[in-house]
Amino acid sequence: MSEVKYSKEHEWIKLEGEVATIGITKHATEMLGDIVFTELPEKGANVEKDGTAGVVESTKAASDVYTPVSGEVVDINQSIVDDPSKINQDPENSAWFFKLKIKDKSEMDSLMNKEDYDKFAKESSS
Amino acid sequence: METKKTSLYKLHQDCNAKFVEFAGYQMPIQYTDGIVEEHKFTRMHSGIFDVSHMGQLFIDGGNDLTEDLEKIFPLDLKNLKINHSKYSFLMNDEAGIYDDLIVTKLDKGYLIILNAACKENDFKILKKLLNGKFEMRLDEKRSLIAIQGPKSVNILNDIIQGVEDLNFMSGNWFMFQDQKVYITRSGYTGEDGFEVSITNELSEKLTKQLIDKGAKLIGLGARDTLRLEAGLCLYGHELDKNKTPVEANLKWAISKDRVSKGNFIGSDIITKQLNDGVSKIRVGIKPEGRIIAREKTKIFNQSDLHIGEITSGTFGPSVNGPVAMGYVENEFSKKDTKIFLEVRGKKYPASICGLPFYKKSYVKGVNK
Repeated sequence: MSEVKYSKEHEWIKLEGEVATIGITKHATEMLGDIVFTELPEKGANVEKDGTAGVVESTKAASDVYTPVSGEVVDINQSIVDDPSKINQDPENSAWFFKLKIKDKSEMDSLMNKEDYDKFAKESSS
Repeated sequence: METKKTSLYKLHQDCNAKFVEFAGYQMPIQYTDGIVEEHKFTRMHSGIFDVSHMGQLFIDGGNDLTEDLEKIFPLDLKNLKINHSKYSFLMNDEAGIYDDLIVTKLDKGYLIILNAACKENDFKILKKLLNGKFEMRLDEKRSLIAIQGPKSVNILNDIIQGVEDLNFMSGNWFMFQDQKVYITRSGYTGEDGFEVSITNELSEKLTKQLIDKGAKLIGLGARDTLRLEAGLCLYGHELDKNKTPVEANLKWAISKDRVSKGNFIGSDIITKQLNDGVSKIRVGIKPEGRIIAREKTKIFNQSDLHIGEITSGTFGPSVNGPVAMGYVENEFSKKDTKIFLEVRGKKYPASICGLPFYKKSYVKGVNK
């Protein structure tokens, strides 16, 4: 069983055992527009909850990507660096950003479930 | 101050535009297709741009007006034919640029297209310089619709016959329905295209007919990526009060004949800079890889000395890579000079390159 949770910075996180897969939400891609550049953390790097862990840029502007939990980067998705448009096409699935071996499962508790996030996203864009 | 809306505002809404405030106007930044698709559609097909926020300044007058305007603009207006246009600048005494603009000679006067953010100030400056001798109006009753891209000539000519006979940077009066429209073959994308000055009542009707024939509305977002690929300057970025046309690498727009005689605002500085060179100059910049260097990005040379700044930078959808323009110290402005761009604290390699990034396709040889 894996549950997907969401952050206020519009990241999604899916925990399977000790490893969390993190990406940005469809709502985030809609706000950003066409993504043309992606920067990911390095494999082996340690990232802290709510710290920056990457950058996405649209034709208009650059935005930081934050990590919703702390951990060690165990994998990155090179395909979205090579072709950032994949993020617009399939943000919540094949266009994941990085995988973390997480430090503290309880950090997941403060994140939103799908229903709460959808409500949050709707409110924050109106 | 309340934001203004153009005559096409409702149509933009109906086409699901995302709006942004620009120069006091609610303008469409993009529609549902998004900037990259809108950009590519313009290059391949035909894009419609609402540029009604720009100033359309009509000044009535004859030879005496031409003489007075030559004291302001570095243009050979006496030899400019009626219905022909020139790119130029409104400058201060130090040759700093108040605005860049297009001057078109009309039958009994001139039409000058001004940047939206500058138009009110330009009007004041010009009114003062012309001493109130001529009838001047910043026409708010007319909209300005640009149609750009390779299919534009056929689409517009189907609706308004005869536009296909215009050459780049020339124009004429045509009829649409029962009203006069002034159309020039010009634009801001590097593509063949037209700008149509039309009454506010008829602008939506014309735009809908263009859409029916296959053209699409394109937002300001793609307008910016298109002009940047074409190496064209944007006021407030490449150009401002502290930069001269020579520094902006736009000396081609200054009449040589006028420079030799002087006697226009800023002519002393222009002459000096043309003779002695300038210390900083606008260049094209091609970052290596995919890194995007945006406005205000610092530029360094290979010895890590700060040599300039980016003025515009984005991802160019048609060149499929990052593109930028900026100012560097003159000695580092040669093509292929290696430079470094500081983005988010890290330095990335780039090189000085020629402009445009994307080849222009202006139509210059039809008829006459």
